[in-house]
Amino acid sequence: MKNFDSIFAAYVLGWAVFFGFYLSLGKRASSLRAEIEQLKNSVNRGK
Amino acid sequence: MAKRAILGLVTVGLVVTAAFASFYVVPMERTMGPIQRIFYFHAASAWAGMTAFAICFLGNLLYVWRRQQNWDWLGVSAAEVGLAFTTVVLITGPIWAHPVWGIWWTWDWRLTSTFVMWLLYISYLLLRTLIEEPDRRALLSALFGIFAFLDVPLVYFSIRWWRTQHPQPVVMGGPGAGLEPTMFKVFFFSVLAMHALMVLLLSERYRLEKLSVAVHDLQREAEA
Repeated sequence: MKNFDSIFAAYVLGWAVFFGFYLSLGKRASSLRAEIEQLKNSVNRGK
Repeated sequence: MAKRAILGLVTVGLVVTAAFASFYVVPMERTMGPIQRIFYFHAASAWAGMTAFAICFLGNLLYVWRRQQNWDWLGVSAAEVGLAFTTVVLITGPIWAHPVWGIWWTWDWRLTSTFVMWLLYISYLLLRTLIEEPDRRALLSALFGIFAFLDVPLVYFSIRWWRTQHPQPVVMGGPGAGLEPTMFKVFFFSVLAMHALMVLLLSERYRLEKLSVAVHDLQREAEA
């Protein structure tokens, strides 16, 4: 297929952006959940 | 949880079908050949990105009017998602342009206004990191977001108002414009698939914003 490299690069790089963004959302969410647990424990200890 | 799983599965189904259709269903474009197949990914991402920025604009307007936190969450979430889609547009565009135009980039109206739009929404997100106080951050970023959105219609109409290196519109472009019927159907299916992906990412990002507000509230409770 003519220009296969360009087509392949466009799709791979484009989807890498979407996957990277989706993974970063998951990573940020799990770190916030861990922080919530930690804060809940410290609030409960303070009561 | 079930709703999220269904939305995720539907989105995966739509984007896989759209990608398959853009390679195996649409006929070969006569002038450009196979490279034109990038169009279904590039243009559909551009439309979904602009829809995300329109949602951001709506969130910004409603925040200024109602001063309710949830509109601020919607604004920032849509800005980030729109930025992801515009990044894809700015990557796939030059890859398509190079074999067809012989250059990666040119400062024509469409390309420049898209790049400025990308910079404006990066600035919107950076601005939010500079302001500590939540209400002030929400208001100032909403006002900036309303200003940033002025560029979005300019991006859309640039190829209608001015003659540019970028191709003239093939969809809703007036007399003489148009796509072969199968290309037209696959293009709109790709637009639908990218919008489904945009909604999925937006809902995930919105949940993240809610979580970060919960962290902030707990921090204040722990400090009190």
